[in-house]
Amino acid sequence: MGKAKKIRVLAAKPGLDGHDRGIKVVALALMNAGMEVVYTGLRQTPTQIVEAAVQEDVDVIAMSILSGAHDYLFPKVMELLKEKGVNDMLVLGGGIIPDEDIPALKEAGITEVFGPGTTTTEIISYIEHHAAVQ
Amino acid sequence: MFNEKNQASLAGALEKWSEAVDQKVSKRPERKPEFVNTSGIPIKRLYTPLDDPAENYAEDLGLPGEYPYTRGVQPTMYRGRFWTMRQYAGFASAEESNKRYRFLLDQGQTGLSVAFDLPTQIGYDSDNEIAIGEVGKVGVAIDSLADVETLFQDIPLEKVSTSMTINAPAAVLLAMYIVVAEKQGADPKQLKGTIQNDILKEYSSRGTYIYPPKPSMRIITDIFSYCAEEVPMWNTISISGYHIREAGSTAVQEIAFTLANGIAYVDAALKAGLDVDKFGPRLSFFFNAHLDFLEEVAKYRAARKLWANIMKERFHAKNPKSMMIRFHTQTAGCTLTAQQPKNNIVRVAYQALSAVLGGTQSLHTNSMDEALSLPSEESVQIALKTQQIIAYETGVTDTVDPLAGSYYVESLTREIYERAYDYIRKIDEMGGAPTAIEQGYVQREIQDSAYAYQREIEKDERIVVGLNRFQIEEEKPKNLLRVDPAVRTQQVERLRKLKAERNDESVKSALAALDQGARGDDNLMPLIMEAVRGYATLGEICDVLRGVFGEYQAINTLG
Repeated sequence: MGKAKKIRVLAAKPGLDGHDRGIKVVALALMNAGMEVVYTGLRQTPTQIVEAAVQEDVDVIAMSILSGAHDYLFPKVMELLKEKGVNDMLVLGGGIIPDEDIPALKEAGITEVFGPGTTTTEIISYIEHHAAVQ
Repeated sequence: MFNEKNQASLAGALEKWSEAVDQKVSKRPERKPEFVNTSGIPIKRLYTPLDDPAENYAEDLGLPGEYPYTRGVQPTMYRGRFWTMRQYAGFASAEESNKRYRFLLDQGQTGLSVAFDLPTQIGYDSDNEIAIGEVGKVGVAIDSLADVETLFQDIPLEKVSTSMTINAPAAVLLAMYIVVAEKQGADPKQLKGTIQNDILKEYSSRGTYIYPPKPSMRIITDIFSYCAEEVPMWNTISISGYHIREAGSTAVQEIAFTLANGIAYVDAALKAGLDVDKFGPRLSFFFNAHLDFLEEVAKYRAARKLWANIMKERFHAKNPKSMMIRFHTQTAGCTLTAQQPKNNIVRVAYQALSAVLGGTQSLHTNSMDEALSLPSEESVQIALKTQQIIAYETGVTDTVDPLAGSYYVESLTREIYERAYDYIRKIDEMGGAPTAIEQGYVQREIQDSAYAYQREIEKDERIVVGLNRFQIEEEKPKNLLRVDPAVRTQQVERLRKLKAERNDESVKSALAALDQGARGDDNLMPLIMEAVRGYATLGEICDVLRGVFGEYQAINTLG
């Protein structure tokens, strides 16, 4: 490790959902684990998220939705990333996501989905193992 | 009574006892080196009359129905009538929600509580691009008066009381409700219910804001003033700590930030020239029932005393009704686990009991499956039955404020009161709640508490049964309720039809009048009523106001 480049994460809230306790706690935990975190704030469209991810040159996008709109918004973000030719970002989802929705999200390119009860330690460790940092 | 001599002898005995116990503890330690509740209040091993001097009784507690209302806002409390059992419900379409309401009323529920979907809560019609994926998801989709007509089909609005969780567009939904009631032949003066209408906690905790604080406060005071004359029994605001707590605050922060918001609304209304004793009695509150049972009971008691004090001493209210904090309570969604969801039934029961022992006026009990999805009909039924069991079977409703006089509960009540007052003084120094929120102070306090709480769980300092201890292998739950994605298509089709059939000229002129009124200082309620009557849509009305007032830009409190 030592002088390794810091992992850069975009913490994002797609859609109209206002529940930001989870994403903020995760963002704070990632910062305390030494990652650089950019938080989008609430109510981001998939287009805004993808633009921010590209502009901030992040390694990871961590999105959280508790309103049930993940089935539309998560795949939409993946679609726009592909359109932009971005395929090296680790894209994670979290929130209240029914298990039976997870296969379709993974099919769309979401690498992992973290549900209620996940610890921040698990998320940190997952990102450290999977993020592609040159 | 407990006189000085008794006090001295108890103090002596207590000292001896403590020494002896400390000796034992040094050999066989207690479970933790120190016991502290979620608000950071250290908890002693034992509370005695020394912690609760009886000479302060009248000033601290008083009698039920009397200032400072610590023991309850009504003299007979649940001996007179139980709290209103009010389950928050509403999803997908107006038809389906209407069915669920009629089911709940048949099950013995005594009030309605309407959940709206997010586009409705943020003032967008279902056909707006931003609404894709969200229509009908967390509540019912409402685009126009036509949807509200369907929502309350065959429900006599003069007879039920209806709570609507709506904030930024509260004026529009209230207008739709009044018009539907009028069409049913009801007298608006008889209508009972509540709109949440609490924008300040949207900025700090819940996220469904539209306009910036200043015009938002104006809409709120317009509603206060309109309702005082036209819909006098309506609760014009539900000043909510629930979401502040869900966002991660402690119990002390919950009541401190809520009452600080309350102060801001009263200030705004006074500035608008309203009489404190005219709108004061219509202010209602909404709290969270969390896990620390006795801390919660003490919290409600402290909140009553605090608000009574604020209204009397700070705002010089004369009408006792202005000083009474009447509140709704909901059990804490954030404490429910996705693991072993049936355990949530037990959590909810204890939380509900704390709200009842704390003297709530109405109650929502969460369903066991809410950490997984929207609740199924069966789990909603268990949640409602939980309230009925507390009311009819446990006996806690037979006397007023049964935990009063517990040395611990009284001590905690005082401690929470003091600590919440300290916060309020600090917020006053910053210039009041709107400023504290615009500067991000409140948000940072809440997120720090949320982070600390999560750290405690991860370090096993806080045990959550089934999550970080006593885990079991279990099957994933099935039959979760899902919202049909076709709801948006249907809703968009209804909108298209509506717009084809309505009188566009009258919609245009009503919206133009609203635009004019918003630029001046007319009361917006009659203008919104007029637009609603002509079937202007929620999105159209909110867009007019967006055009005049602009939109709120949130501050980033991370980093």
